[in-house]
Amino acid sequence: MFENLVLGFAVAASVENLLYCLAGVALGTLIGVLPGITPLVAIGMLFPLTFTLPPIPSLIMLAGIYYGAQYGGSTTAILVNLPGETASAVTCIDGYPMARQGRAGPALAIAALASFFAGCVGTLLIAFVGPPLGEWALQFGPWEYCALMLMGLVASAVLARGDAVKGLAMVALGLLFGVVGTDVNSGVVRYAFDVPELFDGIGFTVIAVGLFAVAEIASNLESGERREALAAAISELLPSRHDLRDAGWPMMRGTAVGAVLGVLPGTGPALASFAAYMLEKKVATDPDRFGAGAVEGVAAPEAANNAAAQTGFIPTLTLGIPGSAVMTLMVGAMMMHGFAPGPQAMAEKPELFWGIVASMWLGNLMLLVLNLPLIGLWVSLLKVPYRWLFPSIVMFCCIGVYSVSNNPVDVYLCAALGALGFLLARVGCEPAPLLLGYVLGPLFEEHLRRAMLLGRGDPLLFLTRPISLAFMLGTALVLVAMVWPALRRKQ
Amino acid sequence: MERFLRDLVAGLVFAAFGAAAIHFVREYPLGTAVRMGSGYFPAALGWLLIGFGAFLCVRGLWRWVPSPRRKAKQVDGLDFVKGDRAPAPAPAAAAWDWREATWSVRPVACIAASMLVFGFVMPRLGLIPALVPMFFVAARGGREFRWREVLILTLVMTAFAVGVFVMLLKLPFQLFPGFYLV
Repeated sequence: MFENLVLGFAVAASVENLLYCLAGVALGTLIGVLPGITPLVAIGMLFPLTFTLPPIPSLIMLAGIYYGAQYGGSTTAILVNLPGETASAVTCIDGYPMARQGRAGPALAIAALASFFAGCVGTLLIAFVGPPLGEWALQFGPWEYCALMLMGLVASAVLARGDAVKGLAMVALGLLFGVVGTDVNSGVVRYAFDVPELFDGIGFTVIAVGLFAVAEIASNLESGERREALAAAISELLPSRHDLRDAGWPMMRGTAVGAVLGVLPGTGPALASFAAYMLEKKVATDPDRFGAGAVEGVAAPEAANNAAAQTGFIPTLTLGIPGSAVMTLMVGAMMMHGFAPGPQAMAEKPELFWGIVASMWLGNLMLLVLNLPLIGLWVSLLKVPYRWLFPSIVMFCCIGVYSVSNNPVDVYLCAALGALGFLLARVGCEPAPLLLGYVLGPLFEEHLRRAMLLGRGDPLLFLTRPISLAFMLGTALVLVAMVWPALRRKQ
Repeated sequence: MERFLRDLVAGLVFAAFGAAAIHFVREYPLGTAVRMGSGYFPAALGWLLIGFGAFLCVRGLWRWVPSPRRKAKQVDGLDFVKGDRAPAPAPAAAAWDWREATWSVRPVACIAASMLVFGFVMPRLGLIPALVPMFFVAARGGREFRWREVLILTLVMTAFAVGVFVMLLKLPFQLFPGFYLV
């Protein structure tokens, strides 16, 4: 168990790598804190920065960016009541009142501490659960992989917010985008329309930046700015001993809730933080304080959020199936560095695999060290007007996309995908399932073709092999959950 | 946008992608279910997209048909866009303002256009000549456009880009025609 983690830290903890991690955390927080920029946009915008580095430092910097951006989302939730993503919406409920009472410092510190604690537990869990799960997954045939991916895709579409049918259609569209380029089995170039830049497929950067960053800026501009400036001055910076005592148990309960729920595909962190908040309200002796700046209301959901994000890495890294949009971005970025997460990766490239796990933990630690002293800076960053920000984000997107292969066609495609993403968002289609479909598409097709070939075209094998059957039943369960409310309404 | 219209537009987009997928898949061998050719999977996806698209179109039309009995039931928690239920009062003809009317597409049009400009100029003239028009076109997408502010922003961010991307990350970009730092 622990020799793996030791190996990981040996890889990650060189001075150079630590500096990259620090740079990643600083940049991630810097961008993630800016108003109107969600963690997804921040990661999508920044990860092209890591392309020029060798694999290990770049993955470590990526981990730093990930944590920084996530924490940036919590910071805006606490300081301006603007959750960066669904998972930190719960943090607003008590974090923002705390900030308005001048206790933004303690709120941010508790959020960082809770995240760190949950991150430690999550890292240990990966070390314990990862190897057996990975070994189990090595027995998977193409049937199991297909069924598992199907479950992940359907769950991400149905459990994500918004309309489930549109989510499923977005998955199909994502799978179709994944088809573009040279077919690995036959060498036929599909849907490239004689554009040589498309022979290798649509780049991951192009899709991620277009769908998340470009489309999101356009949506933000169109709907106008909605944010409240923080009125109260910050009177305390560090949490008192009393605050810490209050936060202790909620932190642990939140971690437990998050660790369990995080493994679920689709909703992990968001569901976990809601559940943890509800649990705290249930067990509290005076539930009235919740919503008016209770420390527990910040500690528990932040711990749950981060524990879930961490255990979400278990299916992501060991099975290669990401559970959330942010995770999909991370997997896509890892793939760009030639590291395809999955059971084979754990067996064949242990130093990379455990290096990532260790750097995740280091990223979390850096966050704690770096961000607490800099709260004042984050507060002043929040005052930057959006009309200065958005052209700068467009600049980052342009340079980032262009730098991948020094090719203007990628920038044109990114602009087109941004417009498509904007249109789809306007008609109520979330982009996350599309990205998941795009990332998993080539794998899914390959396994499907292999499964049909090996099984001599017998589709029943999907239902007679036990593990595959379990995944299929899971998929069916998710679909029933989707249709159920509609059926009940009819009666 | 009203809810039925959102269903209808989404359905048409998906169906269009599905139809395009099936139209172009004719060039690739389909194969059989046992030995799938390179066209099998995309063709299946194409039909799937047409199916989803058709479903959404039908649902959109169904929601469009006014039915007072159904109206009360339609409110569910799935949709996030507010103000759908109450139809907006028709704007008076005198109040018609083309700036407001085109507002919803202006940000996306300006941002996409600024990226196209960047992509066009960058390989020909270099980073700095590409960034200047990019900033000015993109900034037109905001509600406020102040010349002097955009000019300062352009100068500061261009200097930042040269510092970070070219000097620090050593990306081999041309700065001006024929002028390289790395």
